[in-house]
Amino acid sequence: MGWAETARTAIAALNARRLRSLLTMLGILIGIAAVMLTVGLGQGASAQITAQINSLGSNMIIVTPSQTTSSGGFRGGGGSASTLTTQDATMLANTAVAPDVAAVAPTSSTSGSLQSSNSTWTSTVVGTVPDWQQVRARTLASGRFFTDAEVESSAAVAVIGADTASELFSSGSPLGQNVSVNGESFTVIGVLDSAGSSLSSNEDDTVVVPLSTFASRLSTSSTANSVSSIYLEATDADSLSAAYQEVQTALLASHQVTSSDADFTVSTQASLVETATSITGVLTLLLGGVAAISLLVGGIGVMNIMLVSVSERVREIGLRKALGATPGVIRRQFLVEAGILGTLGGVVGIALGFIGAAILTPILGMTVLISIPATLLALVVSLAIGIVAGVYPASRAAKLAPIDALRSE
Amino acid sequence: MRPMLSMSGVTKTYATGAIEVQALRGIDLAVQGGEYLAIMGPSGSGKSTLMHIIGCLDVPSTGRYELDGTDVSSMTEKELAEVRNHKIGFVFQAFNLLPSLTALRNVELPLVYAGVPAADRRERALAALTKVGLAERVQHRPGELSGGQQQRVSVARALVTNPALILADEPTGNLDSRSTRDILELFSELNEAGRTIVMITHEADVAAHAQTTAHIYDGLISPSPATAGVSL
Repeated sequence: MGWAETARTAIAALNARRLRSLLTMLGILIGIAAVMLTVGLGQGASAQITAQINSLGSNMIIVTPSQTTSSGGFRGGGGSASTLTTQDATMLANTAVAPDVAAVAPTSSTSGSLQSSNSTWTSTVVGTVPDWQQVRARTLASGRFFTDAEVESSAAVAVIGADTASELFSSGSPLGQNVSVNGESFTVIGVLDSAGSSLSSNEDDTVVVPLSTFASRLSTSSTANSVSSIYLEATDADSLSAAYQEVQTALLASHQVTSSDADFTVSTQASLVETATSITGVLTLLLGGVAAISLLVGGIGVMNIMLVSVSERVREIGLRKALGATPGVIRRQFLVEAGILGTLGGVVGIALGFIGAAILTPILGMTVLISIPATLLALVVSLAIGIVAGVYPASRAAKLAPIDALRSE
Repeated sequence: MRPMLSMSGVTKTYATGAIEVQALRGIDLAVQGGEYLAIMGPSGSGKSTLMHIIGCLDVPSTGRYELDGTDVSSMTEKELAEVRNHKIGFVFQAFNLLPSLTALRNVELPLVYAGVPAADRRERALAALTKVGLAERVQHRPGELSGGQQQRVSVARALVTNPALILADEPTGNLDSRSTRDILELFSELNEAGRTIVMITHEADVAAHAQTTAHIYDGLISPSPATAGVSL
């Protein structure tokens, strides 16, 4: 009996019990669709985060404070005070100390209640220096950024993000208008171009003020010259690792610590991307694992139904054997039936995955990336599940003695 | 002339747990080509077991069984399946047609397992159905046919491979008297055309249609019903 004839017989048998075949396929279908969607979501999130980190600015190095247990003994007294200071930033800006660093932007931030003449809003308030614009690769939609002189004189000026501008000043230009930040009055001198939202915060909803003004009027920190992070830019992509080393070495020396008990962390975009993708990788694995379990349950469903099918069709199997079907032919017939159930479930599941991805992308605002290799793998897996689930029922059918099979009423 | 079917000293013992049941105790039987033999016996006589062995659905415990010149006593399941396919046409009491297939597809089934190409298969199945008088009903499913017609389909299925032996197991057991007469006439016609037929039955008037009758009692062939009666 050829493969074509076997497939024809299997399809006829599945078609004779249509509802049951559909319900059995449903298990595989849901499993495959779930695996494709969760893995697709994970890959989409990973790609999106990578793109966002890259959009933060080119060749960027970020220094953030970190609490370590060994240094906590004497630094713990500062409470939540940052271990980074404006002096650190000044030192790193010295080309003798860090020749491969092109720009340094010490930055502090806090949450601020904003009030304009006709609106109130809450946003992130950032205190920094003019280099921030270069390091973060931001451009201005209108007006100008504040100058070193304004930082020097602690001027009450502010540059605001595009979203903040539209929230506070729904009509008319924000330039020259007054905005109150936590009760302190600032004059708006510029509006930033839109940069989109990043990891946790909306880059377009922010108020940027001179660092000195931030420290004297808005800071909640106990130490006046501490900053929450220092953004640096390497001169070019090739000098990024050299700049990284210089920053690390200079800060270790000035903080008088070794790398094992450092009270700060230096990261580059590459290391951030690595961290982010490893986190989304773990999440994807976790979700994909849950989805894979549902696929396994679907496979057990196929096996269950094939067993029921074998015991229901004992007479048919007996007759086929009496008419000359060898055990091998009977085994193959049931294996093909199970394989068709698995593959059909897989194909419909893949289609459902694509539809789900198309629907979820706008709803979640996240890209669901479904790759061709993943799709092909899903197809192979569904066929394999069908066949593996069919092995035991098929060998039971093949072993039935024709006389026992014919006798059963 | 070598017989179409010959058995010597065939026994069959079933072991059900600790108890051994000897269903056949030494059968000697010879059927010539073109012969029409009825095997009669009451229930429990071993006639079903004998039918299974003649039909190569089971193998003897001891003894020798040759069918059409081939020793089938110690064949594997796969070889037996091939022998059943090529040499035996079955007609069962319960018809045993597959309900989801048309009459034509049911008749084609043994040819499917023989690996006959589709066009050839269809032609031979149509010819067999015409021979049993069902040329008009080839696209009907078993549920749309009467009992007599269903049994004709299964006779057509038995004929289609052109087997050495037609083995009928209580072929009229599920039929009314009119259909019984039709089927027995069909068997007689086939026999006159040269077919070798072995029919298992417990009804004497059905057995009377055969050329010869063998009686089985207690796992042994008795020469005549009279001696079987005496041994009671």
